[in-house]
Amino acid sequence: MSASSSTRQTLLRRRRGRVNWVAPLLVLLIAIAIAYLVSYLVLEPSRQFLLPPPHQVIAVFFDPATLSDIAVGLSRTALVAALGLAAAIIIGMAWAIAMSQARWVEDSLFPYAVILQCIPILALVPLIGFWFGYDLPARIVVCVMISLFPIVSNTLFGLRSTDPGQRDLFLLEKSSRWGRLWRLELPAAMPAVFAGLRIAAGLTIVGAIVGDFFFSRGTPGLGSLISTYQSRLQSPQLFAAIIAASLFGVLVFFAFGWLGRRVVGHWYDF
Amino acid sequence: MSAPQHLPVGREAGYPDPDPGRSLTERPRHPVLSFERAGLTFPTGTTALKDIDFDVLPGEFVTVVGPSGCGKSTLLRVASGLQTITDGDVRVATEKIGYVFQDATLLPWRSVRRNVELLAEIAGVPAAERAQRAADAIDLVGLTGFEQHYPRALSGGMRMRVSLARSLVRDPQLFLFDEPFGALDEITRERLNDELSSIFSLRRFTGLFITHSVAEAVYLGTRVIVMSGRPGTIRADIRIPESHPRDPDFRFSKEFAEVTSQVAHHLREGHSA
Ligand SMILES: Nc1ncnc2c1ncn2[C@@H]1O[C@H](COP(=O)(O)OP(=O)(O)O)[C@@H](O)[C@H]1O
Ligand SMILES: [Mg+2]
Repeated sequence: MSASSSTRQTLLRRRRGRVNWVAPLLVLLIAIAIAYLVSYLVLEPSRQFLLPPPHQVIAVFFDPATLSDIAVGLSRTALVAALGLAAAIIIGMAWAIAMSQARWVEDSLFPYAVILQCIPILALVPLIGFWFGYDLPARIVVCVMISLFPIVSNTLFGLRSTDPGQRDLFLLEKSSRWGRLWRLELPAAMPAVFAGLRIAAGLTIVGAIVGDFFFSRGTPGLGSLISTYQSRLQSPQLFAAIIAASLFGVLVFFAFGWLGRRVVGHWYDF
Repeated sequence: MSAPQHLPVGREAGYPDPDPGRSLTERPRHPVLSFERAGLTFPTGTTALKDIDFDVLPGEFVTVVGPSGCGKSTLLRVASGLQTITDGDVRVATEKIGYVFQDATLLPWRSVRRNVELLAEIAGVPAAERAQRAADAIDLVGLTGFEQHYPRALSGGMRMRVSLARSLVRDPQLFLFDEPFGALDEITRERLNDELSSIFSLRRFTGLFITHSVAEAVYLGTRVIVMSGRPGTIRADIRIPESHPRDPDFRFSKEFAEVTSQVAHHLREGHSA
């Protein structure tokens, strides 16, 4: 008992240590300095578009027209990612629960989860467009395919993380299979599920942006915006869109961390 | 190859005598639990139990002491129906069985109160009654005020109390304990022994208590059974007339010292055999 609480102490200390903003900020300043150096001193003026000076990128965020393009693109991307993630959660958790209920289901379905993980999804994207059209449904399918595996594998791992004593307890009280799933296996799985969700949420944003590169119907998302800026050599705008996408990814990562702590933080150091 | 059978507790309940051939003087009360030349060989070839033959009568608190690996846990798993024997017979006269494991096996996402309510919840006891019974059990194990705590905030001894309360809620007739205090320090263990003794005299269940501590076995038992290992067999069966709740000073009595040395002697004998 004392061992586990002292481990928790260490973890807390480490987490508190992570809230140190000074060091990462310093790294950022150095990176910006290097960017200026490269932009003005290394690159010839005609090739400066390869790495625009940082203040030009920042200026984009104060240009209302471009800013609104990026905001619209971001909201579209967020919508696609959210729908894709929701579908992946439903499909992935149902898949994992089915596998946890019977060995033969796991034996027949788990290999496909692994195969799904091994397929280079990008190779499939043109086919997905072919089958589902080049609009919202195809984009969502890409998101689901890319984010499904961490949800399936983490949920299955979590459902199996109960200990034999806890299972004996439910056996002795003659609990139904659903009672055990609801009262034991699903709650026990929650930390792993949220760890999987955090990974899946990041991947689903990748999926939404990649979908834009291949599918042209519907309002353009961030991905479409990025390829437009790239083809027009609008380099500061391109960088601004990339930064917006990255900030969105970071935001989503922290949001899921926060959500996980809200749900399981009272019993698990998430 | 028989699973434990569930037999009525007694003729008072209006059930026919399950064994009319035996005279009443031989068996004054129907045992709550009875092993009849029971044996268990695992598919791996390990014989964990051999020729286990004893009865546990209503109101008894039988302690079983033996070296680790001698089949004590297996004995309890057989009594509870979690494990099926391969030879002989096991009869259990009640379905109301309480089981306290060596680990507290609490659900860490549930508060103390919700952990204590768990078994009643699984059994479908209505919420209001469940809450009342949980409050009583929490009071009985001395955890009032800790209802909203989560297991990770509790000490090892308190977790065992929660585990005890969780089983008490179901009001078991046969209460099985598998080295519940084995991982605790001696001071905590002795306090919990005292409390278990008074809970036993209040609730009047029938107990089968596994331990590897001779002192604990003698202090808690109305009977001490000494087991020896591989395959697990019974070495000795010693009665202790002292009444429950036990006086903590019983530990320093001459009788306690005598029984303790007797048990220790049988254990050593079993070990060299
Ligand atoms: N499921 C099992 N399969 C095979 N062997 C087992 C199993 N459970 C226990 N055993 C063996 O049976 C013996 C008795 O185990 P156990 O009842 O746990 O002993 P104790 O509780 O006295 O320490 C040990 O040798 C153990 O390895
Ligand atoms: Mg054991």
